[in-house]
Amino acid sequence: MEWTRKDLLSLYDLSAEEITFILDTAEEFKKVSERKVKKVPALRGKTVVNFFVEPSTRTRVSFELAEQRLSADIVNMQAQASSLKKGETLLDTVRNIEALQVDLVVMRHSAPGAQNFIAQHLKCGVVNAGDGAHSHPTQALLDIFTIREKRGHIKGLNVTILGDILHSRVARSNMWGLLKLGANVTLAGPSTLVPREFESIGVKVCHDLKEAVSNADVVNLLRIQHERQSSGFFPSTSEYARFFGINCETVKLMKPDALIMHPGPINRDVEITSEVADGPNSVILEQVTNGLAVRMAVLFLVAGCVQK
Amino acid sequence: MSEKNYIFKNARVIDPARGIDAITDVGVSDGKIADPGKVVKPEVVNLTGKVLAPGFIDLHVHLRQPGNNMAETIASGTAAAAAGGFTSIVAMPNTNPPADNAGAIEFLRQTAAHTGVVRVLPCGCMTKGYEGKEMAGIGSLKAAGVVALSDDGKCIQNHSLMRHVVEYAKSFNLPILDHCEENTLAAEGVVNEGKWSVLLGIAGISGASEELMVARNIILSRQIGWKIHMQHVSVKESVELLRNARKQGILVSGEATPHHLTLNDECIKTYDTNYKMNPPLRSEADRLALIEGIADGTITVIATDHAPHTQTSKLVEFDCAPFGIIGLETALSLCYTELVAKGVIDLPKLVKLFTTGPAEVLGFEDYSLADGNCADIVIFDPTKKYTVDADKFKSKSRNTPFNGQQVQGKVCATLVGGRMVYQEL
Repeated sequence: MEWTRKDLLSLYDLSAEEITFILDTAEEFKKVSERKVKKVPALRGKTVVNFFVEPSTRTRVSFELAEQRLSADIVNMQAQASSLKKGETLLDTVRNIEALQVDLVVMRHSAPGAQNFIAQHLKCGVVNAGDGAHSHPTQALLDIFTIREKRGHIKGLNVTILGDILHSRVARSNMWGLLKLGANVTLAGPSTLVPREFESIGVKVCHDLKEAVSNADVVNLLRIQHERQSSGFFPSTSEYARFFGINCETVKLMKPDALIMHPGPINRDVEITSEVADGPNSVILEQVTNGLAVRMAVLFLVAGCVQK
Repeated sequence: MSEKNYIFKNARVIDPARGIDAITDVGVSDGKIADPGKVVKPEVVNLTGKVLAPGFIDLHVHLRQPGNNMAETIASGTAAAAAGGFTSIVAMPNTNPPADNAGAIEFLRQTAAHTGVVRVLPCGCMTKGYEGKEMAGIGSLKAAGVVALSDDGKCIQNHSLMRHVVEYAKSFNLPILDHCEENTLAAEGVVNEGKWSVLLGIAGISGASEELMVARNIILSRQIGWKIHMQHVSVKESVELLRNARKQGILVSGEATPHHLTLNDECIKTYDTNYKMNPPLRSEADRLALIEGIADGTITVIATDHAPHTQTSKLVEFDCAPFGIIGLETALSLCYTELVAKGVIDLPKLVKLFTTGPAEVLGFEDYSLADGNCADIVIFDPTKKYTVDADKFKSKSRNTPFNGQQVQGKVCATLVGGRMVYQEL
């Protein structure tokens, strides 16, 4: 197939064929990172701006490295959403960036849909590096890439996403990608954090840990944020760990070769015990490695569609 | 001012207060409705195929002056009202500074007299600065000419204070127009809490937030025996509460906006900020419940919640955009298309929702085309189909999600006190 999008905003927008195409492309780029010289000239002469309106370390580093390995020229910009509100509008800021003849903007923002909004107004490409609780497509792609690499396929796999689904862009991206590729998706966690409305798109919603992980091929854990406790979604992180945390006992309920995944950063002994995080089923660090390849693939594909 | 006299011939005259729906002639003489046989030197206008009705009343308009003249002024807002067939509009008091004192009401009245083209009916705040903390000078507001009280945009959370406001307002014969929203359940939400907020990861406003305050208001209205009108009712459960309360004779009423009657929360998936309003667009089930409430007489008023915002303020991230859309110039067309053309209600019923319904909330007697009444008249063509073109709006703002939409039913002329303030005949 031929890639035709200048933006990557969410997996909801993509077809199964497009998702598979990105994964296939990422496989090629993964080989690059295994070479002695880890650099290709694919984006030589292209300029990428990493515009982070919400703090990020791992995603930003992963994108930066991906861009460097593609030989792009890169600029990093950080801003606070609050200062944007007071002064220049977001649209003016990105139009200023675009006026510098930039090819791609990789953007993270705390407001859901912010990238959808700016992409409509820009000729340069926009890659969503996370927008509020809405979407984080490259994270989902690297998760799905990792599953496919380990299992060879996605269709028919039982994938459980466990944790604070309500506030998670990772969950919202994974579920679309996985559904499109034919996986059986279960969203699990405390009832306050896993709204039943998700059932409307054909995923299973479950508030019982045992039921959620039994027979799972993959369990993808989400970080539990302490601020959710103070806003009354659950009583304490220790109670969360007791009823929804993954430990050696819960791993036994899964298929023996089940994959334990986590987008990081992990809270050891809250959503996952150290034994499991560092255990044989965990592919958490491989996810990070694959993230680089997936981001190289995405940047390469969208850059090819930006009109000059 | 030289006022023309008119004889409007062959119109379908719909005058709900007098139960009239007939092809007949209407005269206007010296600014008043008159026997067509007795009008001196009239301009005779043939209105075959057109409808003539009492001028529409909008209980819910934000004119933005003072404080945000970039978005709207009394001049532009009333011009928009005239283009929409409205001859009287209730100006919400959440201006900057707010209309919580007699001086602000005097400013509004004076400015409306000098620059406005339709009747601007002032509404005063229930509480100082509409902060929900201390009662505003309600007696002084009444003396200055307000027709109702509202903290619109906000809702008094302190039930004891609300009780006292309603009791006090009753003694000054001022109806309460309440924005029903419980703050903790609304939380930081910006859209309806439901399937689409969940799928899109946008913070939701629970329908329970509205339902709770509608229930509170029904209880207070029953206890105090005074009129509380629920503004922009948006959820099914509120309609049900209102239906039961009205059956019991409690003095509550409710309004629906054209946008809540025509759109649902699926629209937000584009992240277009012209779908951001408060209360938010609700589910399809809620929308259908509102239509049912309109059809069975539970909801007696259509009000626009005309909320102008500059393009700059709306052209931002969804979370950062202000709530609200404009509505004066599309109200009739949208409601005709959705309710009458689709056979949900008949045309006289739609006219009631824009005339006698709101008049009753305000306590107006005989809002009709009876001889001697002020000639506040709307003339519209129910068959005319057209495409909404926001660039042609009289409003200073363009924040409408209906631009480019095909609709049916168009205002042809609006007369206020016998004076033609809008004409497209």
